[in-house]
Amino acid sequence: MGTLKYHIRRGNTGCCDAMFLILFLILFPVFAAIIMLFMKSERQRSAAVTASVAVIMAVSVLLVIRYGGRGLVLFELGSDIISYSILLAEILLAAGLFCMGVRHKRYLASVLAVIQAVLVLSFEFGIGHGIHAANNLYIDGLSSIMVLIIGIAGSLIIIYAIGYMRDFQHHNPEKEDRRPQFFFLMFVFLSAMFGIVLSNNLTWMLFFWEVTTVCSFLLIGYTKTDEAVNSSFRALTMNLLGGIGFAFAIIIAGNDLGIAEMNRFLDAGLSGASVMLPAGLLVFAGMVKAAQMPFHSWLLGAMVAPTPISALLHSSTMVKAGVFMVIKLSPILGLNSAGMLAMLVGGTTFLLASMAAVSQSNAKRVLAYSTIANLGLIIACAGVGTEEAVWAAIMLTIFHAVTKSLLFLCVGTAEHHIGSRDIEDMDGLFSRMPKLAGMMIIGIAGMFLAPFGMLVAKWTAIASFVNAESIVLIVCVCFGSAVTVFYWGKWLGKMVAVMAGRENTEMTVHRQEWFAIGTFAHLVVALCILFPIMSEHILAPLIGNMFGSVSYMALPSANLYIMSAVMMLMILLPLVFFRGKKVRTGQIYMGGVGTGDNLTFIGSADTEVNISFRNWYMKEWFGEKRAGNTGAVIAASVTVCLLTCSLLVWGGIV
Amino acid sequence: MESVQIISMVCYVISAPLLGLLLAGADRIISARMQRRKGPPILQPYYDVRKLADKERPSAGGVQEFYVLCSLIFMVITGAVFFAGGDLMLAVFMLMLSTVLLLVAAFSSNSPYSQIGAERELYLTMAYEPMVLFTAIGFYVFSGSFRIIDIATGGSMPIVHLFGIFIGFVFILTIKLRKSPFDIGMSHHAHQELVKGISTEFSGKTLAMTEIIHWYENILLLGFIILFFCDGSILGYVIGLAVCISVYVFEILIDNSFARMKWQSALKSAWPVALVFGLGNIIVLFALEA
Repeated sequence: MGTLKYHIRRGNTGCCDAMFLILFLILFPVFAAIIMLFMKSERQRSAAVTASVAVIMAVSVLLVIRYGGRGLVLFELGSDIISYSILLAEILLAAGLFCMGVRHKRYLASVLAVIQAVLVLSFEFGIGHGIHAANNLYIDGLSSIMVLIIGIAGSLIIIYAIGYMRDFQHHNPEKEDRRPQFFFLMFVFLSAMFGIVLSNNLTWMLFFWEVTTVCSFLLIGYTKTDEAVNSSFRALTMNLLGGIGFAFAIIIAGNDLGIAEMNRFLDAGLSGASVMLPAGLLVFAGMVKAAQMPFHSWLLGAMVAPTPISALLHSSTMVKAGVFMVIKLSPILGLNSAGMLAMLVGGTTFLLASMAAVSQSNAKRVLAYSTIANLGLIIACAGVGTEEAVWAAIMLTIFHAVTKSLLFLCVGTAEHHIGSRDIEDMDGLFSRMPKLAGMMIIGIAGMFLAPFGMLVAKWTAIASFVNAESIVLIVCVCFGSAVTVFYWGKWLGKMVAVMAGRENTEMTVHRQEWFAIGTFAHLVVALCILFPIMSEHILAPLIGNMFGSVSYMALPSANLYIMSAVMMLMILLPLVFFRGKKVRTGQIYMGGVGTGDNLTFIGSADTEVNISFRNWYMKEWFGEKRAGNTGAVIAASVTVCLLTCSLLVWGGIV
Repeated sequence: MESVQIISMVCYVISAPLLGLLLAGADRIISARMQRRKGPPILQPYYDVRKLADKERPSAGGVQEFYVLCSLIFMVITGAVFFAGGDLMLAVFMLMLSTVLLLVAAFSSNSPYSQIGAERELYLTMAYEPMVLFTAIGFYVFSGSFRIIDIATGGSMPIVHLFGIFIGFVFILTIKLRKSPFDIGMSHHAHQELVKGISTEFSGKTLAMTEIIHWYENILLLGFIILFFCDGSILGYVIGLAVCISVYVFEILIDNSFARMKWQSALKSAWPVALVFGLGNIIVLFALEA
C-alpha cells in the first residue's frame, strides 16, 4: 500500500495519529492472527496471545481516550488499491463459501454466497462506480463504546481461551489439535469487528460484516461433529441472507440517493429523503446478525462450539454488531416502517425468548435464550428511536456484554470441572467451587436485580416505551421482565445452596481463566458504581451528538446515585457481617429423621433416603417449541409485511 | 428534598414496625373472630418476636442470617424511598431485591421444604410482577412523573383514572400479603404440605427478622393503596386510610373464606387480571390523553 494517501477533513492535526490508531486496530489483529498459525508450542502461543491482546487492549483504550469524546470525526482514506483488495477478498470469501457448501452438499449456502457476491460486484462496477465515497473511516461516541467492548471484553475472552482450550484439548484427546486455527479465527474476528464499527463506507462495512459471518461459521464448526457442521451451516445460511439484505440496501441507497457512506445516509434520512426501504433492509441485516426471531435458531445451534467462542461471538461482540447497526440507524427510526420492524420483532423476541429460557436446564442454552431476549430489548429500544430509548439501548449493550461474558466464562470453567453444563448438576457448586460460584452469583444478579446496570437500563427502557405510548412494547417488557426474574431466580437458588461435605475442586482452574473471570466480575460491579458518572459524562453527550440535540439525561441522576450507593452497600454488608463470625450450623428439617449429613434421612421401613432437588421448568407453558414457534411466526409475518410495505412504497405502487 | 419528605421517611422507618405489628395483631384477632374464636392479645406478634430474638441460633448452611438481614435492610430502604416521595420504579425494583434476598436465604439452606417454598414464591413473583409494573406505569401516565411526591401532590385523585389498576393491585395484594388462596410459598400456618415453606429453616433471630420484614412490607403495600387516593389534601389521606383498612379487612375475609388453590391458578388468574384491569386501564388513559 505504498501510495496510500489520506486527508483530514475535520478536526486538528492530532487526527493523523487517530487514523493510524484505527488502521492499526483493524490490521494488527490480522497480523497477530497470521502469527498464531505458526505457533505450534503451547508456551509460545500463550505468550504471543497474551502480548497481542495486551497491545489491542491498550490501543483501543488509547484511541477512545483521545478521540472518543470529540463527536463525529471522519477520515478520508481514499485509495483504489484498498477498494480493489477488499473486492478481491470478498470474491475469494464467496468462492470459498461456495466450495464449502458444495463439499458438504449445502447448496442453499452456496447459492446465497454467489448471489451476494454478484450483488456486490454489480454494485461496484455499476452504480457504485460513479459514487465517490469521501470518508471511508470514522470514529464517534457509539463506535468508541463498541471499540471498548471489543477491545476489552474480546481480549479478556481470548486470554481466557488460552487456559480453556488447554483443558478442552485435554478432555477431547481424540480430536486433532487445531488450536492455531482457533486463535487465528479469534483474532481475524476481532479485526473484522473493529472494521464494522469504524467503517463509514457501507461497502467496507459489508465486507467486515461478511468476515464475521465466515469466522462465526468456521468457529461453530470447530469440533467437526455432525451437530457442529449442521449448526455452522444454519448460522451461515441465515447470516448470508442478512448479508444479502445489506447488499440490497447498499444498491438501493446508491441508486436512489447516490450515497455509499453511513453518515451521509443518516443525514439524508434526517433531512426527509425517503430511505425507508434501505433502512428497513439494514435493520433486517442487523436483526439476523443479532439472532432475532425467526432467525434465533442459529444462535442456539452455535452453542455447540467451545465456550470462549460462544462468549466472544455469540454473546458479547458479534451479535452486538447487529444491535450496533440498529442503534446506529436509530435517529431515523421511530414510527416508520423500519422503526416498527425493529420494535415489533425486538419486543416479540424479548418476550418469547425469555419464556423459552424458563424451560431450559442446559446452562448455555439459558444464556443463549437470555442473550436473544436482551438483544431483542436493545433492538426494540433502538427502534423507538427517542433519546431516552437509545440511552437505554446503549447501556443495555454495555452491561450485557460484560455480564454475559462473565456468565459464559463461569459456565465454561464449571463445565470442565464438574463435567456438565446442566444447571441440575450444579447442585452445591457453592461448596465445591466457592469462588467460581461467587462470580456466577454476581453475573446472575447482574442480569436481573437492582442495583445492577441491566435493571437500571431496563427501567429506562420501560419509561421510554411508555412515553412512546407503545402498548405492544409495554406488554412485552412487563411480562418479559416477570419471566426473566423467574428463570434467573431459580438458577440463583441453585447457586447459593450450601451443601455440607463437598470437596473443593477449583484448585485446577487455570490462571488465565481466573484472570478473565475475575476482571469481568470486577467490571460488572465497578460499572454499576460508576453508572451515574458514565451516564452524565459519556452517554449524555453521545446521545446529544447522535440526535443533534443538547446533552440528554434519561433518568434523574438522583436515582442513579441511589443505585450506586446501594451497590456499595451490597459490597460493604458482607464485609461487616462476616468479620470474625462463627455460626453454629444445625440440621435441616426433612420430614423424617436426618442422618446427620443433611443429605439423607431415615424414611419409612428404616431405609435411608437421599434428598435431591430439581428445578422447575414448566414445559407445558413455556416450552421451547411453543414459545419459539409462536415467536417465529409472529416475527416472520411482521418482517415480511413491513418489508413488503416499504418495497411497495419505494416502487411507487402505494 | 423538603423537610416534609424527610419527616415522612423517618416516620416510616420508626413507626412502620409498630404499625405493622399492630396490624398483624389485629389480623389475628379479626381472623379468630371470623372463626368464632377469641384470638390472642393484640400485642401477641410482639411477644412472639421477642421470644424468638432471645433464642439461640443454629443455622442451616450458616449464611441465612446474613441474607435475611440484607433483605430487611433493603426492605427498609424501599419503604424509605417510597415514603420520602422518591421514584416509584426505584421502590418497585428495590422491593424485588428484598424479596429475592429472602428467597436466596431460603434456597441457601438446601432444605427440601424451604427450597420448594422459595421456588413457589419465585413463581408467585412472576405471577404478580406484571401487575406491579402496570401499577407504576399507570401512575406515571396519569401524573406524568414516576416521583411519588409529584403523584401525591398532583391535585386530583388517581383512583378516578386508575380504578382498573386499583382492582388489579388489590388482587395481587392477596399474593403479596401471603393470604390464602395464594399462600403456596409460605403460609402463616404450619399445617400445610410445605410445613412453613420459605421460613422452614429460619429460627431464632433470623425468624424474628422475617416477621419484621413482613411488618415493614405490609405497611409499604398499604402505602401503595393510600397513594391511589392522594390529591394533596388531608381528606385524600383520610379516605385513603379508610380504604386501606377496608381493603385489609377484605383480604382477611378472603383469607378465611378461600381454600388454598393449586399453584397453576396463581399465574392463570394474575396474568389475565393484569392484562384486563392493568393494561386495559393504561390503554384507556392513552385514549383519554389523545
